[in-house]
Amino acid sequence: MEIVDLKKWFPGVKANDGVNLTLRAGEVHAILGENGAGKSTLMKMIYGLLEPTSGEIRFMGKAVHFRSPREAIHAGIGMVHQHFMLIPALTVAENVVLGDEPGRIKFNRKEAERRVRDLSEKYRLAIDPTAKVADLSVGLQQRVEILKAFYRKAKLIILDEPTALLTPQETRELFAIIHGLKADGVPVLFISHKLDEVLEISDRVTVMRAGKTVETVETAGATPQSLANLMVGREVVLRVEKNAAHPGEPILKIHDLHVRDSGRIERVKGVNLELRRGEILGLAGIDGNGQFELADAIAGLIKAEQGHIIFDGHDITRLTPAERTERGIAYVPQDRQADGLVLSFDLVENTILRDFRKRPFAKNGVIDRAAAASYTERLIREFDVRPPDASRKASELSGGNQQKVILAREVSRDPLMLIAAQPTRGLDVGAIEGIHRQLVRLRDEGKGVLLVSLELEEILSLSDRIAVIHDGRIVAIVPGAHATREQIGLLMAGSHGHSEVSMS
Amino acid sequence: MIFSDPEIWAATLSMAVPLALPAIGGTFSERTGVVNIAMEGIMLIGAFFAVTFSYWTGSAWLGLLAALICGGLTAAALAWGAIRVSADQTVLGMGINIFAAGLTTFLLNTLFGFNGTPINTPKLPDISIPGLDKIPYIGVIFQNQSILVYIMVVLVIISHWFLFHTRLGLRMRSVGEHPLAADTLGINVWRIRYFGVILSGLFSALGGAYLSIGVLNGFTPNMTNGRGYIALAAMIFGKWTPLGSFGAALIFGFSTALGIVLQGQGISSNLLQMIPYALTILALAGLVGRAVAPAADGIPYDPRRS
Ligand SMILES: Nc1ncnc2c1ncn2[C@@H]1O[C@H](COP(=O)(O)OP(=O)(O)OP(=O)(O)O)[C@@H](O)[C@H]1O
Ligand SMILES: [Mg+2]
Repeated sequence: MEIVDLKKWFPGVKANDGVNLTLRAGEVHAILGENGAGKSTLMKMIYGLLEPTSGEIRFMGKAVHFRSPREAIHAGIGMVHQHFMLIPALTVAENVVLGDEPGRIKFNRKEAERRVRDLSEKYRLAIDPTAKVADLSVGLQQRVEILKAFYRKAKLIILDEPTALLTPQETRELFAIIHGLKADGVPVLFISHKLDEVLEISDRVTVMRAGKTVETVETAGATPQSLANLMVGREVVLRVEKNAAHPGEPILKIHDLHVRDSGRIERVKGVNLELRRGEILGLAGIDGNGQFELADAIAGLIKAEQGHIIFDGHDITRLTPAERTERGIAYVPQDRQADGLVLSFDLVENTILRDFRKRPFAKNGVIDRAAAASYTERLIREFDVRPPDASRKASELSGGNQQKVILAREVSRDPLMLIAAQPTRGLDVGAIEGIHRQLVRLRDEGKGVLLVSLELEEILSLSDRIAVIHDGRIVAIVPGAHATREQIGLLMAGSHGHSEVSMS
Repeated sequence: MIFSDPEIWAATLSMAVPLALPAIGGTFSERTGVVNIAMEGIMLIGAFFAVTFSYWTGSAWLGLLAALICGGLTAAALAWGAIRVSADQTVLGMGINIFAAGLTTFLLNTLFGFNGTPINTPKLPDISIPGLDKIPYIGVIFQNQSILVYIMVVLVIISHWFLFHTRLGLRMRSVGEHPLAADTLGINVWRIRYFGVILSGLFSALGGAYLSIGVLNGFTPNMTNGRGYIALAAMIFGKWTPLGSFGAALIFGFSTALGIVLQGQGISSNLLQMIPYALTILALAGLVGRAVAPAADGIPYDPRRS
């Protein structure tokens, strides 16, 4: 595939502004770029979801103009979408085979389930074909999304941030699959913000900046630092710099908390936890062990079955989310599109979502648009949201920039405590640097920060203490300074090992 | 006891036809994501053209065909507005209802004058299935029912199988739930939606024809008398499934039949006519099993949003 001077202009944004790329047979070609650099836009054009403003895409020697994904699929292109394209009301098998179902007139459900089962065994992405997608965790949904692309035996595969939600183990398996594709001569376009992944899996890397392809380099000669610098266009600090913590009084105490999810399954099974002012407590765990339900329960999005949550000296177990917000709890939820933003609202409305009832955003029950807009513009500048346009709808922002808006809103409310679930999911290295700085700043100001993350690196580099959750229980709490990857990894997997377990 | 009288069950079945057919039609439309409240209007159009062509051609079957064609065309207009122009689907549907009421009344007066449709217009046959009519009790229920009653029973079963067990049915449901996802899998969202809406037009027209050349052989202005709206309720109460719609239509049909029987026994039939609406509100409120609409129901799909 060859892409020549491709452009895509949205009203007011040049999402792609001169993209040149050559994809060789059987190569894994990584695309790197900051949030909003235009990676997803490029992929959507290749897949026929967006029409290019100008430029040319050549595939297998011919110029192609896909007017719909149908034509792209027909030509042999498969894609894993950054924001899942799954139908919650249907089963896993139905989602995977949709558009290419077994059977003539009748839909052969048994055959579909058999095929998906075979596929999931072949690629070692364990999944129950008969499960309803609505009941799956996001990690499992990611597997379905990947299986969908492989089901169609594509001649070219686009992976738009496929690993954002996978565990390290699953990422390994995915890489094995990619190697298999390579051996078959199938080229792969791979997008990820994780530099080590890119270095490991790709043959060549193309870096995009502000809609343009800047450079294509051989992976063999690249380092994380060189890629990061190329991407951002300046020196990036990959390590978080922070001073020693000065933890104070506990701000949050959790006693024997039990939580059930919407399917009535007990996810949190008696958690005791304490978060102090002026510390970052990392909650480490493998996806699906109850960490996000715990976060939701503290924020009040799901009710506690049993137990108590004491915040700032008051029992808040029965309070509504709004009342908890009032008392100074800020929350960055895991699913930014479902729980974090109102996608059809503009950025001004999204940034005042929590405080729109209060001054200065409202006077006598009427929203003061000008005051809200100037506040939003300040946040956009501080958090480097791109494009810097407060009147844009949240849905028009790239995934990473949506995340920045949520963080900006939550952090800037001057909360007493911040619960951040996967705060840097899908963010580029430059943006991660910025967000990590914000978290450390909050801590240094004496706020409590609960960091829930599936990224062990992130937990290790930021946390003052690390709590490990396994199967809905806190199995260990260790000081952050001495924790090692291996030690935490073992604990996450449920082995109680010989680590010092200190319950403070 | 009135419930042991097979006549009331025969009446229930007969009353259910002009509710079940449009309700199943609506199910097809809404399952693909297009809100269809135009059942009432399309039924009227079906009813009117069925009679007209039945009279002109002397064949009730040709009348039925004309009803299907006109109903399908009306639905196609609705589909075009909803899909291609992304117009508000509720407003469109309401527009069609008002238009159809006016058009049929106007044409009735113009074509047939003030005497209405001629009394010698042919109607579809009433039949009893040999063998079935020998069974005691059940036989009485099915005795001399319009042929459309039997067609409806067959259509209910086929529709349910079609929507839930065929490839096309799966695609229709996917389009109504998440059109963008369906699109990314190569499914032609617009084409499927046209198909669903036009199919719903055919079912509604069939329901209308049942009134004008099935039970009667004539047309009177506004003869559907709100059945299209009760069908809407039946569709929702039936949770957007053909079998459910049929079940709801039977319940609603029974309440109508009961109203007729109880007339003159001191119970107001108006009270019984409330039943469909009351049940629907309860269903929507989640009291009688939860009714959840297809996720993308009523939302226009434009794949190239910018
Ligand atoms: N439908 C749209 N309308 C207007 N602007 C858009 C639209 N889609 C994307 N954009 C803009 O185009 C630019 C590129 O977005 P894109 O999603 O391609 O970024 P990305 O490189 O994939 O970023 P990320 O890593 O955060 O996913 C962004 O500035 C975004 O705001
Ligand atoms: Mg993207």
